[in-house]
Amino acid sequence: MKDKINIILTGVGGQGVITAANILGKAALKKKINVFVSEVHGMAQRGGSVNCSVRMGNVSGPLVPSGTADVIISTEPIEALRYIQYSNKNTIIITDINPVIPYTVSVGEEKYPDIKEVFSELEKYGKLFKIDAVRLSKEAGALITKNIVMLGALAATDILPFKPEDLLETILENIPPKFRVMNKKAFEDGLKAIKKE
Amino acid sequence: MEILEDKPGKHILLLGNEAITRGAIEAGIDVATTYPGTPSSEIADTFSLIARSFTKQKKEPSFYFEYSTNEKVALEVAAAASITGLRALTCMKHVGLNVASDAFMTYLYVGCKGGHIIVSADDPSCHSSQNEQDNRYFALFGNAPMLEPSTPEEAKEMTRVGFDLSEELKLPILLRTTTRLNHVRGSIELKKIQKPRGKGHFEKDPMLVTVPAIARLQHPILLKKIEDAEKISEKSQFNKIIKIGKPEGWGIVTSGVSYNYVKELAEDMKLDVRILKLGMTHPIPRKMCGDFIKSCRNIVVVEELEPILENQLKVIAHDLKSKVEIYGKSSGHFSRLYEYNLDIVADAFSKIFKVKNPITKPKESKIKLPSRPPALCPGCPHRATYYAVKKAAPKTTIYPTDIGCYTLGKAPPYEVADMLLCMGSNAGTACGFAIATDQKIISFMGDSTFFHAGIPPIIDAVHHNHDVVITVLDNRTTAMTGHQPHPGNDFDGMGRPAKKILVEEVVKGCGVEHIEVVNPNKIKETTEAFKRALAFKGPAVVVSKSPCILLENRDKRKRGERILIYEIDQEKCKKCKICISRFSCPSFYYGEDDAIFIDAQQCNGCGNCADICPFEAISPKGAKK
Repeated sequence: MKDKINIILTGVGGQGVITAANILGKAALKKKINVFVSEVHGMAQRGGSVNCSVRMGNVSGPLVPSGTADVIISTEPIEALRYIQYSNKNTIIITDINPVIPYTVSVGEEKYPDIKEVFSELEKYGKLFKIDAVRLSKEAGALITKNIVMLGALAATDILPFKPEDLLETILENIPPKFRVMNKKAFEDGLKAIKKE
Repeated sequence: MEILEDKPGKHILLLGNEAITRGAIEAGIDVATTYPGTPSSEIADTFSLIARSFTKQKKEPSFYFEYSTNEKVALEVAAAASITGLRALTCMKHVGLNVASDAFMTYLYVGCKGGHIIVSADDPSCHSSQNEQDNRYFALFGNAPMLEPSTPEEAKEMTRVGFDLSEELKLPILLRTTTRLNHVRGSIELKKIQKPRGKGHFEKDPMLVTVPAIARLQHPILLKKIEDAEKISEKSQFNKIIKIGKPEGWGIVTSGVSYNYVKELAEDMKLDVRILKLGMTHPIPRKMCGDFIKSCRNIVVVEELEPILENQLKVIAHDLKSKVEIYGKSSGHFSRLYEYNLDIVADAFSKIFKVKNPITKPKESKIKLPSRPPALCPGCPHRATYYAVKKAAPKTTIYPTDIGCYTLGKAPPYEVADMLLCMGSNAGTACGFAIATDQKIISFMGDSTFFHAGIPPIIDAVHHNHDVVITVLDNRTTAMTGHQPHPGNDFDGMGRPAKKILVEEVVKGCGVEHIEVVNPNKIKETTEAFKRALAFKGPAVVVSKSPCILLENRDKRKRGERILIYEIDQEKCKKCKICISRFSCPSFYYGEDDAIFIDAQQCNGCGNCADICPFEAISPKGAKK
């Protein structure tokens, strides 16, 4: 295991980013790994930009410092770019390909950038993996499992200090029994999607 | 519930706030009180969750918990419990202590009996607050012993041990936290849960009645207690020295969350330093600090916000006639603004210690990204009220606002938030604007805010006949902090039935002669009500009643009811854009050729867009999945 593991999870409020970060924290604790999970969110109940830090190993500060993220995992393409300050050339960037349009764009005040440009920009900052997590989560049973698809994708990298099965176990422990089948599929499909690339 | 497990030695992952609750449970908490406020809310919400789960099973929880009317009431309720020998905890956000400060300052004269922890959750960077005041000044101001945790584990331990400390000193303890502690999850080690005391006993004591003659006696007693507290601080397990590398004359003094940055960077930057980590920061252990100063040629003080440790160290150094060099805020290396992080502290260390900064300068993409500012949720009843107000009010109307979701009315197209100071200030400033101008005034506050601090200014308006329209946006919850109940609900924070107090009845009792009670989702009627209120000479109150859409939909789901979502008939739509430019619901968006659509994922089904569409192009589509 690396001395320090720095993971940034981003997305839009309501997509389960904070839940995903907490599950990572619990999985690390189960393996007796020092971990801090920090959530940075503003006042909005929904629709705001969310950014979580998960730090494991020999760490004390709860927030990931600039340029040190091992992984940036984002449930929305431009949110990955918004927190690109955390990346370095070795950073693995995993993003869902489906934009969530901010209301500032819907009302015509601001513009959502060209999605192809967003992806080619992300490629400049790290190793980019794109995933259609909306499709995969719906196939698994419900859009609400999108964060679990993303955790599956994260487990496909070799960054985590535990096996994909360990992470899946923690996920299932933290989910009501009736949703377990759906979430297991979501996790496994997310994992496969990245493994394929 | 994992947080209630009596399994000493087990490690669990807890949020800093939950860790404080656990610490109180381990210490045998009897009474916990609060008024909700970010970043403190989850401390009390965890007590509430536990209490409600007991109530559901028709069992008694081991403690009493309440969401009090405001922070001052919360502190008074808990102070009385403590005086009878029970263990009490009161938690609030930093500005809450301003509200409670009247009780706080004299409570310290009176002192406590059962241990009492007062949690102040400060918010450097104003993540969710109207200022970033440093409440460590309250410890110095009132002479309250203070503990400052760095991690969730330490927060749990300081809370647990703090009760003993409070009982030893007969003083309430200020547990001062910051957002980066409250909202961080870390591993904590469970310790044994002590049994609560259950019932207190009040013994009459003239020293509890702070008339001037008694206050003059109590003040020297308090100063003596603080002298004793300093002796404890000298030996406190929370004040310690950590050696990194081979220190030769360099020291760092730090406390709270800043310690985490100092420790990690001292190791990563291979500094040779001794770190004086202070956990009990008031009273500061002067001898320990003096010895530390004597052992150093240079000291760096790392603390967020005000130079409180720095100034105290300078006084100690001066008294010792020490020539130590102190780096911190006055040397220009650290700011008095905003929260710190590893980037900020690394930058300062690289300048002070003349070593390479291990953290690279942040990169920024050249692509301009659209912002996602906080906005009223789709279906929020406040949006409907604002829409009606804008139809009714003249352009020059002044809109004083208050603390809650409705401050989001500041954004275009509504722009109905012109001044904001604190809880309840909408109505007070409305009175002032009425005296000073001839402009129309419509102020806004929420229902929880109304009970908290909104009633006295309404009485002011009535007594002096100020020509104002005061709006109470009654969504039946304390929405922004996470849907806590308040005196307007028929249940309390423990999930028990409670007497529900109606805003309109209170207002009537205050002597308001023109009261309008409206359902904002009936936009036309609401507009008419505001027109009548504006025409009335003297104070008028509009109570705009509709539950928070998130709560309403949650209840509908529980009951198995369908939530209808709406869609736009593209043939009927004339692209007048009123739904976007004037109503501004975040679930609306432009597709190709300026066609307007509703995002089914975001629509909460309030249906107000169907009412405001002049071409009847919007109608329900079907149930939300």
